[in-house]
Amino acid sequence: MTMGLGGLGPETDLLLSEPEGGVVYSEGSSFRLALRSFMENRLAIAGAVILVFFVLFSFVGPFVYHSNQSAGDLLQAHLPPRQGHPLGTDTSGFDELGRMMKGGQTALEIGLLSALIATVVGTLWGAIAGLAGGVVDGILMRIVDIGLSIPTLFIILILADRYNATVLSFALVIGLNQWLAPARLVRGEVLTLRVRDYVSAARAMGASRTRLISRHLIPNALGVVIVNVTFQIADAILYTSVVGFLGFGLNYPNVDWGDQLSDGVDQLLNGYWWLIYPVGACLILTVMAFNFIGDALRDAIDVRLRKR
Amino acid sequence: MTSYLIRRVASAVIVVLGVMAATFLMLHAVFPSPAKVVLGARTTPQAIAAFNRDNGFDRSVGAQFLTYVNHTIHGNFGYSYKLNQSVNSLFKENAGRSALLSGVSLVLAVVIAVPLGIAQAVKRNSLFDYVATGTSFTLYSMPIFFVSLLLIAILSLKLNWFPFEASQASTVIGVIKQPRSMVLPVVSLTIVSVASFSRYLRSSALDNLAQDYIKVARAKGLSERSVLYRHLVRNSSLPIITLVGLSLPDLLAGNLITEEVFNFHGLGLLFFAALGNEDYSILLAYTLVGGILVVLGNLVADIALSMTDPRIRLT
Repeated sequence: MTMGLGGLGPETDLLLSEPEGGVVYSEGSSFRLALRSFMENRLAIAGAVILVFFVLFSFVGPFVYHSNQSAGDLLQAHLPPRQGHPLGTDTSGFDELGRMMKGGQTALEIGLLSALIATVVGTLWGAIAGLAGGVVDGILMRIVDIGLSIPTLFIILILADRYNATVLSFALVIGLNQWLAPARLVRGEVLTLRVRDYVSAARAMGASRTRLISRHLIPNALGVVIVNVTFQIADAILYTSVVGFLGFGLNYPNVDWGDQLSDGVDQLLNGYWWLIYPVGACLILTVMAFNFIGDALRDAIDVRLRKR
Repeated sequence: MTSYLIRRVASAVIVVLGVMAATFLMLHAVFPSPAKVVLGARTTPQAIAAFNRDNGFDRSVGAQFLTYVNHTIHGNFGYSYKLNQSVNSLFKENAGRSALLSGVSLVLAVVIAVPLGIAQAVKRNSLFDYVATGTSFTLYSMPIFFVSLLLIAILSLKLNWFPFEASQASTVIGVIKQPRSMVLPVVSLTIVSVASFSRYLRSSALDNLAQDYIKVARAKGLSERSVLYRHLVRNSSLPIITLVGLSLPDLLAGNLITEEVFNFHGLGLLFFAALGNEDYSILLAYTLVGGILVVLGNLVADIALSMTDPRIRLT
């Protein structure tokens, strides 16, 4: 761009402000790039706002809105929304709004816990398979194939029948059925990353195995894993609600939205709408929030889609 | 192609054996013996021991597994102590109705999702696309039982168009003769699959629209109509083959939930009742059937894809 600046006339300003290779911003780390792309996505912001709302609703709500959730009052059952019970009461006489808050705690806790369990197990499994290769890889991935062939809901129902006492045991049941997808994902990622030029370059410069894994493989595979976590949280919340709806959900005193909905279904013929629509809306919005965030994160991390 | 087929089938057989081992071990850990269920809560330890000895539940897990594999290979799926009937005869009674529900829903889902997804891609970022994407995103975030519930609340209780219980006929023909009662179960199961299929189809069609062959087709003066039908639709609908294969576990799970919600007597409702009764043989058999269906589905999908897409060469 050094030659011919004088003769270009009115276009000079433009050329000066925009060099041939496009504008080069100092954009900082790839994390900041991803963050910017995420913030520019309106659905992602909507998802994040919905999520923050439900976290506050479930965990802070009970401190603001007091209701008796340890003992139901059967004389107060099936009350429509009114003073003191803004969303009415359920079959056992519990205040519906307060119950929804407790259900929200369960959904978010199980979602997060089981996604963490699945991600840790799956990432390790996939990374070992991808790095080891050969026979170890073959055996580990056949085990994943077997797991993926068994319809997850069947296994979750069978296990939940026995291990539904606490949030932790229930999260284990779901998490240990969800690690297969991340295992496959991480293995694939490791296999492609291993042969990238920058990894070969690092190896040629004498980088140790530990350094290759910690500095090059993990940071680059992390994006895929994080995106997957958000979708897994959404799935886990859906599974929890399905199992709860079918009557194999968490034991008393835990509350889950699926269980609340199955109570509502029994009252559908009576037209007790307040037992269904508010809870259903909470469930759908929460799952949708995680899906929105996941989609946006995927777009933010995918370099090919990034605007240059 | 032949060597690929042999390897692919061999690996499918290994996976099925693995599914058998995994489900057997898991169910064995959860329900070691049906003695308590069969003999009742007030039975004695002696009676339990005698029952276990008579029925072979006192043997080692490995020995029991071998018997199970041997029986299964010979087509014997075990005996339901609770219902006093062989699992084979129970499955024979119920499988037809489940296959009808799932099959009709799957076909409908494909027939609706393929044109919908492609139309969304062609008219991308239009009002139609936004509405369709929004709807499928909402449905995608909904558990299937809630879809059924909304359908019942609106179409059955409010408008009284369809009954809220599925047909109770005992034969497949009997069920077909009561189509009104099957509308809501079929629609719930279809809607959920359409939501996920159409999302994939839309992005597949978008990828194809950006390809050079579409530009070439337009550049050589083909009408937009034949560009769409002759080129785009054919190439964009290929992923549906893989998608159907991969969606079988979800279809089976959806089938289970739909049968429970609409009280439709099929394999799902049988499984569900078995869960409550700790009826081990039925749980084991249906989980295995599910696993085999999934493995077969993926196998058939792989082969079908290679036959329809000449770019995929199997070696």
